[in-house]
Amino acid sequence: MKPFMKRLNIWLAAAVVVFVPLVGTVAVAQTPLKGEVTEGVIEPMPIAIDINASGSDLGDKISRVVMADLERSGFFKPIDPNAFIEQNLDVNATPTYASWKTINAQALANGLATVDASGRLQVDFRLWDIFSEKQLLGMSLTATPENWRRIAHKIADAIYEKLTGEEGYFDTRIVFVAESGARGKRVKRLAIMDQDGANPSYLTDGSYKVMTPRFSADSQEVAYMALRDDSARIYIFNIETGRQESVGQIQGMVFAPRFSPDGTKLAFSVAQGGNTDIYLMDLRSRSTKRLTREPAIDTSPSFSADGSTIVFNSDRGGSPQIYAMNLDGSGVRRISFGGGIYSTPVFSPKGDLIAFTKQAGGRFSIGVMNPDGSGEKLLTSSFLEEGPTWAPNGRYIMFFREPPGAMPSLWTVEVTGRIERAVPYPGGASDPAWSPRLK
Amino acid sequence: MSISAKTITKLMLVTFVTASVAACTTKKKEEVVTPTKPVEKEEVAPYVPPKADPIEKPIAPVGVVPGSQQDFVVNVGDRVFFDLDSSSIRADAQEILDKQAAWLVRYPAVKIRIEGNADERGTREYNFALGARRAEAVSQYLTSKGVVPARIATISYGKENPINTAANEEGWAQNRNGHTTLTEGAK
Repeated sequence: MKPFMKRLNIWLAAAVVVFVPLVGTVAVAQTPLKGEVTEGVIEPMPIAIDINASGSDLGDKISRVVMADLERSGFFKPIDPNAFIEQNLDVNATPTYASWKTINAQALANGLATVDASGRLQVDFRLWDIFSEKQLLGMSLTATPENWRRIAHKIADAIYEKLTGEEGYFDTRIVFVAESGARGKRVKRLAIMDQDGANPSYLTDGSYKVMTPRFSADSQEVAYMALRDDSARIYIFNIETGRQESVGQIQGMVFAPRFSPDGTKLAFSVAQGGNTDIYLMDLRSRSTKRLTREPAIDTSPSFSADGSTIVFNSDRGGSPQIYAMNLDGSGVRRISFGGGIYSTPVFSPKGDLIAFTKQAGGRFSIGVMNPDGSGEKLLTSSFLEEGPTWAPNGRYIMFFREPPGAMPSLWTVEVTGRIERAVPYPGGASDPAWSPRLK
Repeated sequence: MSISAKTITKLMLVTFVTASVAACTTKKKEEVVTPTKPVEKEEVAPYVPPKADPIEKPIAPVGVVPGSQQDFVVNVGDRVFFDLDSSSIRADAQEILDKQAAWLVRYPAVKIRIEGNADERGTREYNFALGARRAEAVSQYLTSKGVVPARIATISYGKENPINTAANEEGWAQNRNGHTTLTEGAK
């Protein structure tokens, strides 16, 4: 029989083909992603998840959330628990490897959920490499019982990190715009839910239209645009306290907010006298600096991970393209040169890629490019899609897609473009903002 | 049974009439004893010309009240259209804006808000900027035709307020527009 670690290595090798080119593109900017990605095949790893709980269905519920997280990442294929031969595993005993090999599980995560005398939920779990017959991970998590989903997401994060070598991203939330009503009479409310679509709730009442929410680095604050009949303003909303405040008394329409990575600054657009320029506000002193002075449209600013560069959308060259500039507005250079219209540039939190929306041939695409504009790769394409936002690990992009005459909905795509998933939400949803990892 | 019921009704009527008559009698008695004061000084009442009778008044015209929102929409046109990704005032738009300017000069109490709109074939933030450009283009045209800038407010609704929800060229062409809303002073 083939050594099991070797089989895991084969899987990991397949994953490495996908992961390595991204690292490569940072060092060698001209390396095209495309060729290598088509060579690499993502073969999802079969994995068994078995969290038990005595006298409640909490174990099954946690298992299901962990399995759904891992499945949606595209790198795992959870095995149907009905196929398990070994039942009721003891979290403090070694599993019977042979029974897991029989059902072709390459990894097993088993655990036990208990509620202690003080009412706290505790989940102990271990991750096993079935083929090398060794434990990869052992962990104990505690929380109040109503936070059982967050425990499940943290287990999924730990498994994902151990087996892919990438940072987990499941214990995160999405702030987005919940849409309802007929087109032309849309109600647009700010809403929040877990990354997997669970626990949705509204943050605004729908008396005014809300758009383009963006998270601050600490995940507690969201900047968004509020559109009323006679005004467009930016508000900063604190998710924990529910308090919100208007950003400054700036004349004209204020929109397209984006926090700096350290959360101390806010870049945004101001339209005055028909001309839209980019401004930068220091959030402590509230002093505001104008960064662009072109008679062209300058909007959709986004900071690089180190905070030194702002990429933005401008039509100063005749058609909307992506430009970069220094924080003081100097050193403006165009970075998108492909055919078509480019907009909504968003830097990856890792700083290695810029996600964008491209329009060409009557279709919209979400793509990525290197910070200097090289290595453009389109990941997904449809009638209408835009608004990319990054998972905190820089590996997935969420965006919204609107088929002709239909409600918009949220989707995720992996940076190689090979894994695409719908984000479950029962109503219309647009303008997603992916939170940093929760603390 | 029915007879005695009728009888009761009749009796009640009689009682009611008697009570009414008694009330009238009492009132008349009080009115009789009103005294009159002797006239000390004679005053001449000022001359009051007789009121015109019958009175002549124009009736509201059938349909639209001049100077009203409806007048503006129906007889002038409250919306002008733009080409794709453009904020240039087209020839057909000039015609409508000339009429808007003339109407606004005739009704100086009216204040307006010009709303720039874009079709859905652009990203949200870019379209807000594009709508702002269109609103400004309309505003500048009206100003050049004599409308005082203080009467004009502008805003962009980006692609948020489509008037035609069809996902085709015809729908998008209608959604690329500048809309003039009367915010104050219309009849």
